[in-house]
Amino acid sequence: MTTLLRTKKLSAFYGDFQALFDVDITVEEGETVAIIGANGAGKTTLLRAVAGALESAPEMIEFAGEAIGHHTPHTLVRLGIAMVPEGRKLFSSLSVEENLMVGSHCGRPGPWSLSRIYELFPPLSTLRHLPAHALSGGQQQMAAVGRALMSNPRLLLCDELSLGLAPSVIKDIYVCLGQITAQGTTVIIVEQDIDRALSASRRFYCLQEGRLALAAPTANFDRAAITAAYFGL
Amino acid sequence: MEWINILIQGALLGGIYALFAIGLSLSFGIMRLVNIAHGDLIVLSAYASLVVVDGTGVNPVTSLILVVPLMFAVGYALQRGLLNLTLSGGLLPPLLVTFGISIIIQNTLLQFFGAHTHRLQLGVIETQALRLPGGIAIGLYPLLVFVVALISIGGLQLLFYRTRLGRAFRAASDDADTAELMGIDNRHLYALALGIAMIFTALAGVLFAIRTNFDPASGPIRLILAFEAVIIGGLGSLWGTLLGGVILGLSQAVGAALSPTWQILAGHIAFLIILILRPSGLFPRTRD
Repeated sequence: MTTLLRTKKLSAFYGDFQALFDVDITVEEGETVAIIGANGAGKTTLLRAVAGALESAPEMIEFAGEAIGHHTPHTLVRLGIAMVPEGRKLFSSLSVEENLMVGSHCGRPGPWSLSRIYELFPPLSTLRHLPAHALSGGQQQMAAVGRALMSNPRLLLCDELSLGLAPSVIKDIYVCLGQITAQGTTVIIVEQDIDRALSASRRFYCLQEGRLALAAPTANFDRAAITAAYFGL
Repeated sequence: MEWINILIQGALLGGIYALFAIGLSLSFGIMRLVNIAHGDLIVLSAYASLVVVDGTGVNPVTSLILVVPLMFAVGYALQRGLLNLTLSGGLLPPLLVTFGISIIIQNTLLQFFGAHTHRLQLGVIETQALRLPGGIAIGLYPLLVFVVALISIGGLQLLFYRTRLGRAFRAASDDADTAELMGIDNRHLYALALGIAMIFTALAGVLFAIRTNFDPASGPIRLILAFEAVIIGGLGSLWGTLLGGVILGLSQAVGAALSPTWQILAGHIAFLIILILRPSGLFPRTRD
């Protein structure tokens, strides 16, 4: 297995406020890694830094052996990093299909196409001409995942897929996520729902107040250790 | 019969106002940029045409072959090199910077061309008219300009709703940060947007200069007409902008028929009345 993503002493700031402190994570090609932690622990910040939405020093983030910390988000999409942002963030005045097509704007070649997305998420196929804001939360989440896949990413960043969705819908979305990882796509999921995150991933990192508190395989995890890392008890 | 002719003239004049307004509408719609220098860029296009006409002897319409690409390049460079830097700080920085650009353009033109007025000449077509039964006469040139405005808006509509670039424009207009996360290079996209806006600015500037005098200080009045057409039509609606231009043109024509001194004022009064009755314009599109 080769290392796809590595952060080295990654620090991130919002103005004067430091949100991440020397975070080191490693993600191998093809694996699914979860990042868990309490509200404000820095999970979304970590994803946004990897996606290029937050500035960092070039060598702090390495993707497929290349220093990428200084790149803009659209450059990273071309290199193969796609993001499903927290709260879906679909383009509200565009139709569902147009939202998906924006995902393929950079023209990166790969297996995903409109028809493949509609196979993965059949409900989207019948809704394709509706404006994105007319969809239910679950359907919007499908469209947001589909939009990210349309760029044919090597690394898919999923921020709070379950946010605001009914449990049965969450289950459906994660079943689809399983099909995506089965294609060989590397996935990082950020979740507040620990059980959901751990059952979908092979390894996890737990953040606490911007620092890495625990890194472990999800098999036979120790609940007490996670609780301690999560709350800093 | 005289009134019908006045109304037709007014409506056709609206075509040129719509062309004025398209550039303003695009830059505000896509990057929330209020371009105070818009009127001066219109006048700059007219001077660019004047230079080409004087230098080569072609007519002003033919000069568009050079002026349109030139203004596209000016727009692209202006956005890429300067205005992009102002967009992260809210509405005020771009307002101040374009205000500065406006002053720079006016004074540069004054330096090189002097304060006296110029006009572009197109020859006999300027005075020809289609004569219809019943004494109705339609000026050929105003009619052609109106057709140009229709084609421009139709073309932009196709660009926006049928092409990859148009989709990217609409996505960035909805949510610029997310568009960037989806692989759209906003800096390049915005530069293209101002470049495209300048294509219509060049058209408007040259076509208007064939029927009206211009001098280095005539930018601001063109800016106000463009603003009024955009606001009457409703922000973000291109066909609304055309209607806004037509309403302005009609009011001016009616005002001028009542008394020549009322022409400009009548347009402003119509604008104020619509602003009071429909504060967000006749066809508002933007949700924010």
